[in-house]
Amino acid sequence: MSQNAPLLEMRNVTKDFFGNVVLKDVSFSIERGEILGLVGENGAGKTTLMKILFGMTVIQDTGGYGGEILLEGKPVSYKSPLEALDDGIGMVHQEFSLLPGFTATENILLNRESTNYNFMTELFGDRMRTLDRAEMKTRAEKAIEKVGVKLDENTPVSEMPVGHKQFTEIARELEKENVKLLVLDEPTAVLTESEAEILLKSMRKLSEEGIAIIFISHRLQEIIEITDKTLVLRDGRIIQETPTDQTDIEEIAQAMVGREIHAEGDRAEVRTFNAPHLIVNNLWVDMPGETVRNISLEINKGEIFGIGGLAGQGKLGIPNGIMGLYPAGGEVRIDGKTIPLNNPREALDASMAFVSEDRRDVGLLLDEPIDWNISFTGMQMQKRFLKPVLGGLFRLRDDKAIEDIANHYIEALEIKCMSPRQKAKELSGGNQQKVCLAKAFVVEPDILFVSEPTRGIDVGAKKIVLDTLKEYNREKGTTIIIISSELEELRSISDRIAIVDEGRISGILPASEPSKAFGLLMLGKVDSKGDSK
Amino acid sequence: MNPLQKVVEKTGWPRLIIGLFLLSLFIIAPFAGVKISTSLNDTLVRFGMNGILVLAMVPMIHSGCGLNFGLPLGIIAGLLGGTLSMQLGATGPMSFFIAILLATPFAVIFGWGYGALLNRVKGGEMMIATYVGFSSVAFMCIMWLLLPYNNPTMIWGYGGTGLRTTISVEGYYLHALSDFLAIRIGDFVFPTGMILFVLLLNFLVWVFMRTRTGTAMTAVGSNPVFAKASGVNIDRTRTISVILSTWLGAIGILVYQQSFGFIQLYMGPFYMAFPAVAAILIGGASVNKASILNVLIGAFLFQGILTMTPSVMNSLIQTDMSEVIRIIVSNGMIIYALTRVKKGAK
Repeated sequence: MSQNAPLLEMRNVTKDFFGNVVLKDVSFSIERGEILGLVGENGAGKTTLMKILFGMTVIQDTGGYGGEILLEGKPVSYKSPLEALDDGIGMVHQEFSLLPGFTATENILLNRESTNYNFMTELFGDRMRTLDRAEMKTRAEKAIEKVGVKLDENTPVSEMPVGHKQFTEIARELEKENVKLLVLDEPTAVLTESEAEILLKSMRKLSEEGIAIIFISHRLQEIIEITDKTLVLRDGRIIQETPTDQTDIEEIAQAMVGREIHAEGDRAEVRTFNAPHLIVNNLWVDMPGETVRNISLEINKGEIFGIGGLAGQGKLGIPNGIMGLYPAGGEVRIDGKTIPLNNPREALDASMAFVSEDRRDVGLLLDEPIDWNISFTGMQMQKRFLKPVLGGLFRLRDDKAIEDIANHYIEALEIKCMSPRQKAKELSGGNQQKVCLAKAFVVEPDILFVSEPTRGIDVGAKKIVLDTLKEYNREKGTTIIIISSELEELRSISDRIAIVDEGRISGILPASEPSKAFGLLMLGKVDSKGDSK
Repeated sequence: MNPLQKVVEKTGWPRLIIGLFLLSLFIIAPFAGVKISTSLNDTLVRFGMNGILVLAMVPMIHSGCGLNFGLPLGIIAGLLGGTLSMQLGATGPMSFFIAILLATPFAVIFGWGYGALLNRVKGGEMMIATYVGFSSVAFMCIMWLLLPYNNPTMIWGYGGTGLRTTISVEGYYLHALSDFLAIRIGDFVFPTGMILFVLLLNFLVWVFMRTRTGTAMTAVGSNPVFAKASGVNIDRTRTISVILSTWLGAIGILVYQQSFGFIQLYMGPFYMAFPAVAAILIGGASVNKASILNVLIGAFLFQGILTMTPSVMNSLIQTDMSEVIRIIVSNGMIIYALTRVKKGAK
């Protein structure tokens, strides 16, 4: 094999799922120590491309792929991810592949544990060797240090905040001796800005050590900041391949979506409110990883109120607690009327609605069609979409009305789907988010909680989601409380923004204040998190 | 995708193969000396007998309680209804409807308790359900002996106390439904009343699944957290589904008895859950998705194979081993169906 051959080269890779072409003639190469940024809208084919590289069985099950993959000049075609791992390709998935009940150490070293000899191995072979806990601890610590974070290696994964899970996954890949190429599939989507910063720093360090990295991200700022080369995929084709220092965010964004994206400069006009609508006093919420300790808020009628803060500080606990999904205490009043906590029904009856940050587990019926998803809450809470039969003896689902409302929102929110009967799990992340929003809009709430509405969705969908919320607020006068990790997003839409730190409000400022003021609030009592912008 | 592929995909290979196999049995039957009229008749009768027992799977599958392995509990409610109706002296077709009325409160009470139990073991419903079924059968083995029944047609002849293992329903509700509007062509009898009753109950369940509560049930099964966030009381919805399943089990066994002619007590209900579970799985249901069509197709295919295979094979190999073949085929189909158990995908 020649020393000049690139580390990895893909030639004319093509893939279709039953005639539906998802990748067409994709060719690129990556050198040792190079960081390649792979960007594209949801459904552009990024994940499929990586699945091909790893020989995921789903690829063979659906008829294999066309084209060639060369590793160090040698053609390879992996039949299973294990073969790819043996060749030194590591992958950090978009969805975590960690064992929840195991500690960080155990997850990092899974199947590569340090072991000690004992007499049983004579009888049963190496599978009976005992674990060398002390050695494992050192190895895990080393790997975690390589990532550059503070992480307790003895915490079970199930008790970690989401950012730490991500770091554990990365540490696991780095612990492997021979790793040459690391694929990071949206590693920063679940991280806060400061956590992401740490990750980027460690990526730079790794690339200096000669490890090539394929970095998939929706956060273009990060792509610009860290990558050597940018690859833009759209509809399964490579649209743009340039050295990163010769391009900029706008060019990439445009290549991704194939249409003009407005610069995110337009700030909400300054509005003033003086009619307190929702009053929260001394709220605590016991939500794992997002504990709310003591929060008091006054939110005005018709306002868009942003709640920001670093991950794990409790900002997500606020809506989940008020809506009765996690054990909570304290006082919540709407127009002077106290709303009982810990009962979703009461919260919904008080005309509040919630778009959860957890689309897959809370927000959607994945196995049911879009129209069901959109109309279900309205049907259960307000007895809508039912038609009387036998002279009003009982009422049945009105499929026509359900389909009509679904079609209405599919059009209004530009939900890309084949029909309102398509199952929610078949939609891409952005479109799923739009379905979640539609579900909340259907009940026409007075107060709408929207949690992380743009997490993991692409630039185009992000804009539609934010614009829709703004429009809805202006037209219907709905009070919207938006919770997001992305400060700029909050600033572009909210009237006021509260920053949550360690389960308490560290400050509430008008959105027009400069970012720096918010950054300082986030850092309030946090010292070890590095600086945030 | 061409239209043929589409049809195959929609029907699913297992149903297609089993369907073709059943069809081939019907074609071979006349050559093997089996009368086609009797085979058709038997298949229809068995479909009718078992149809509602298979339907008893549906509500629990919808609410995410899994397959109703606790079917014997519902059957026991039906047995209590049947025996009480006879004990109280009801006769003729009337006794059938009295049996249903009497079975209902038992089914509701049993189902409520069974539902409360299943709500405490979320995630492990099917294993617990199996043993709810088994232990209730064992408990009733004692009760059948102890309960103060005294209708001479039902109790042991010698001791004068305790119910017999097999009780004839002749003079009571034998063929209460089957003979209603029955169509006789030669020796082929179409049990109109029974088939209509089965279809009626299937229709009622179909309607129920389209009400607000029914829709909530499906959502609870599909994603409990989503349902909770939409203001649905999960435990209550699940309990309703279990009560409904138990009640259908009770009605199912009464329909079974009126056609079969006997009430089977003691160990009778013990294995009744498995054929019903197998039938709905063969019909294309999964652990958390089932439709009325799955019930009808499954009950027909499963019972059809079970009826046809032994009689055709028997005639072909010229020895009487129909019972052996029946056991092999029925358990083979159950094993096959249970390997098809999968979460989610339909």
